[in-house]
Amino acid sequence: MQETSTQDLQALTFAIMRAQADYARCIDDDRLEEWPAFFLDPCLYMITTASNHRDGMEAGIVFANSRGMLKDRISALREANIYEKQAYRHILGAPCVLGEDEKGVRSETPFMVARIMRDGSTMLFATGRYLDTYRIEDGAALLAERLVVCDSSRIDTLLAIPL
Amino acid sequence: MTDHLTAQAHETPLPNWPEGLTRVPYWAFQREDVYGAEQERIFQGPAWHYLCLEADVPNAGDYRTTFVGDASVVVTRDADGAVNAFENRCAHRGALICLDEKGHGKKDFACVYHAWTYDLKGNLTGVAFQKGVKGKGGMPPTFRMSDHGPRQLRVATLHGLVFGTFAHDGPALDDYLGEEIHSRITRVLKDRKPVVLSRYTQALPNNWKLYIENVKDSYHASILHLFFTTFELNRLSQKGAIIVDESGGHHVSYSAIDRKGKTSSEDYAQQKIRSESGYRLADPSMLQGFDEFGDDVTLQILTVFPTFVLQQIQNAIAIRQITPRSPTETDLHWTILGFETDTPEERLVRLKQANLVGPAGFISMEDGCVGGFVQRGVAGAPREASVVEMGGHDAESSESRVTEASIRGFWKAWRAHMGL
Repeated sequence: MQETSTQDLQALTFAIMRAQADYARCIDDDRLEEWPAFFLDPCLYMITTASNHRDGMEAGIVFANSRGMLKDRISALREANIYEKQAYRHILGAPCVLGEDEKGVRSETPFMVARIMRDGSTMLFATGRYLDTYRIEDGAALLAERLVVCDSSRIDTLLAIPL
Repeated sequence: MTDHLTAQAHETPLPNWPEGLTRVPYWAFQREDVYGAEQERIFQGPAWHYLCLEADVPNAGDYRTTFVGDASVVVTRDADGAVNAFENRCAHRGALICLDEKGHGKKDFACVYHAWTYDLKGNLTGVAFQKGVKGKGGMPPTFRMSDHGPRQLRVATLHGLVFGTFAHDGPALDDYLGEEIHSRITRVLKDRKPVVLSRYTQALPNNWKLYIENVKDSYHASILHLFFTTFELNRLSQKGAIIVDESGGHHVSYSAIDRKGKTSSEDYAQQKIRSESGYRLADPSMLQGFDEFGDDVTLQILTVFPTFVLQQIQNAIAIRQITPRSPTETDLHWTILGFETDTPEERLVRLKQANLVGPAGFISMEDGCVGGFVQRGVAGAPREASVVEMGGHDAESSESRVTEASIRGFWKAWRAHMGL
């Protein structure tokens, strides 16, 4: 890990916060086709549980290691999968920049996601944290890796839209 | 999806079951008294239930908690290397004995409430202040620890799977499964050590039997799940079959690459089923699996009555354990497996193909919600019945998978257990 100066840290945190805010709006506004562009190619996107993460388990509930696989998630949602109309509302905490290594800038960000169903019922669908690795290009933060670690191992009904 | 249908407590006697195997009255998915009777007659009756993997308790002192219906159960490995299972219920006043999901290095379990202590087989070995304090209080002299203890399950293992039953006088596991089912479990698991790649629970808003019906329903697979059909993972025109065991309760559905026949999409087009979307993967590497079994079988779904599923979808191997929670709520516990012999490339295939299943599964996402659609659809119609007539009236094995024979088989076994 490299030492990061205060000034750099502020700039990094700001870049990451912007990327996260855009990411959450993209999903919550149902602009899912734009979602893969938040990632580099190749990349890692994995949704897992805190318990599996603690135990070092390899597989996720969702796993993608290319932008193509992220696109496939969205085209499957749009074209193939059957599920009731639903939407998310992401509430993100402030990112904590953990450091920087050869892979990029690592950060951890807590999230809560409410799910709003067709009939208007709203539930707290998931809480957890994003364990991210960002590459900063022209001041913009792109995801090399996003590990979505859900606090609970129980998923209600189905997980259609990405977290 | 979030509003659970409240089940009414029913005092009225059960209506008669319709003649034959082709009608399933919806009250079977709704009534509290049916749920209660299932707990007694099936979950605590002469059926075998999947508990966990042997790999979950590899060493002496390892333990894991699981469920048999409503009953919380502790599975342990003792100093002799034997796997044991007992109710997670203190013999004293009924508190849970073990609060953790899993752990290592246990010599005994002490209930937190009054420190009654149990060995790894579930035998009561200590009662705090049994003799009282300074000669006062304590248990009466007639109290014998050997008279008390949580109920111990009969345990049997098969290729790394641990099964248990509350019925000590029922059939042996091998006889319960029968040769055909046994051999199909052997095909997937024999002579290799599973590695758990992930586990998670899917909370389903429906009766447990709606999920098992769905698993046994090969008729829906290529219709509801467009992902399957589009990529020709499971076209019904592939060769395949349904095997229903004699009891009706267990089944295997499989399909294999038909190297002689041509896979036609015309049948689907004629039925106006969403099958010709032109939808293609941007990264098809997910579907580039490896030949794991040397038999061209790309899909094998196997159920053991009442609630065990062993799944092979290409190289996605998983165990699904169905745990009823209430008449309208079910927990589906997924355990995604790899094997110690996996090469790094094979392991990566499994990680990618794990996308096919689970709550976010390309081909199983719908199974999470369709049970809820039925539960809500039939909410006002307890006296109506579903029509389970595809492929005829019996519950026999079939070379066609356009059949509901294995669903009829499930109800045949369910009714035999329930005495209905």
